[in-house]
Amino acid sequence: MKNYSAFDVIGPRMIGPSSSHTAGAARIGKVARKICGGEIKNVVFMLHGSFAKTYRGHGTDKALLAGILGMEPDDKNLRKSMEIARNKGLDYQFSETDLGEAHPNTVKIKMINEEGNQSEIIGASIGGGNIKITQINGLDVEFTGEYPTLIIRQIDIPGVIAKVTKIMSAFEINIAFMRVFRQSKGKDAFMFIETDHLVPKDVIEELIGIGEEIRQVYLIEAL
Amino acid sequence: MSKNFTNGLDLLETCKIYEKNIGQIMIEREMENTGKTENDIIEEMGQSLVIMKNAIKEGMNKDIKSVSGLVGGDAKLLKKRYESEKTVSGKRMNKAVASAMAVLEVNASMGQIVAAPTAGSSGILPGTLITVGEDFGFDDDALVKGLFTAAAIGYIITRNATVAGAEGGCQAETGSAAAMAAAAIVELLGGRPEEVLHAAAMTIKNILGLVCDPIAGLVEAPCVKRNAIGAANALICADMALAGIKSIIPFDEVIEAMYKVGKSLPCELRETALGGLAKTPTGVKIEEEIFNKK
Repeated sequence: MKNYSAFDVIGPRMIGPSSSHTAGAARIGKVARKICGGEIKNVVFMLHGSFAKTYRGHGTDKALLAGILGMEPDDKNLRKSMEIARNKGLDYQFSETDLGEAHPNTVKIKMINEEGNQSEIIGASIGGGNIKITQINGLDVEFTGEYPTLIIRQIDIPGVIAKVTKIMSAFEINIAFMRVFRQSKGKDAFMFIETDHLVPKDVIEELIGIGEEIRQVYLIEAL
Repeated sequence: MSKNFTNGLDLLETCKIYEKNIGQIMIEREMENTGKTENDIIEEMGQSLVIMKNAIKEGMNKDIKSVSGLVGGDAKLLKKRYESEKTVSGKRMNKAVASAMAVLEVNASMGQIVAAPTAGSSGILPGTLITVGEDFGFDDDALVKGLFTAAAIGYIITRNATVAGAEGGCQAETGSAAAMAAAAIVELLGGRPEEVLHAAAMTIKNILGLVCDPIAGLVEAPCVKRNAIGAANALICADMALAGIKSIIPFDEVIEAMYKVGKSLPCELRETALGGLAKTPTGVKIEEEIFNKK
């Protein structure tokens, strides 16, 4: 059972009206931005379930876009995110979709950054502003962003995990949770490392320095 | 002994052993669990108090309209009345109620608030605690301690039941917020830990079974007015507890009853907008107007 803090009960500090439909949505957007990397030029939000039904009234659309722009859930400019996006030349679009058995507050986000790289994620807002990312670039995953999270995209070959954890231990970073997902043997794989400590930027450089088997490293600060 | 209490009875025992009040035990529990200093923890809660105060000010003075246009401006109306004429339920009551409504109106207009314990119930605790604090001349430090008292009650409910409308109906959401508010006020005014729990228990008992039936599924109506009644409920129960009136059913049992009642509510009455006020002819008409607007 989760050991609730006083700040889980009185908090989060946020822009209304709904912790699940607004604050959680902004957090999903923020994680999506990190995963896409670089300056996002085009984004499509595909809304499912309750998100699809009530997104205008709850400002879910503005909150998702605010997250894509890098805003926190308590940023007072959140309600102006559409205007800010237009001024920055960020194209955005919202559509309603059916993702089947997904959580009622789920969104699929497709992004293209300035270098033309495409990314997509699926995330759900699971209550009280908490979120769960369930898919990245077609790969089923699961992480919450509750802890500082390192996401490593690697090639599924022997020894990669050992090299990564060795670097973590050299920086005295305690791993709270770790999961590994792969598409198929020897192909694209993801490592999710949730830590108890802040992860310094040097760690990312060291991880990238491991070699070609490490394709990308993202750091998501605790939400 | 650890300060990680798990229910009301456990909390009373912890208060007795350490000879400290509920708010202080909650602060020390936080220190134990996070390793942070007392000052850091108090300062962090202080930031939430600032946002709460700003939200009240904004809602009481500015012209506010929600995203859908359904709510806004009611806090101002009530304020105008209690400031200019004699009211039925008195100035302090009306001020607390108007303050609670103000926060919810700010929330519905995509303004900044602190979930307490949720966004849809975020008006009750600040509305009552800050009003009582002002009227009795308490400083911000005392109010921040009050927020920890409230957090202790909210934590017990979250741990053993639920504060989510989708799970337990409005009783779980605004009911918990009101219980937290009553608890904070009783402790602020010098009530003993037992009295704090009696206040919280009575508050929830008063609204047991309250359904969550938001029009068009939005955190607007009847949420603003449910925060108003939650504030009034909290003040009345705080006075009753401070007068020595006891809850016949103990706090922990009330929480368990609330959880069971919540689970036995049909899903139509748990935030789905498929029943209650949401499915009245007027509720349905408003829903159609809102969703066909754009």
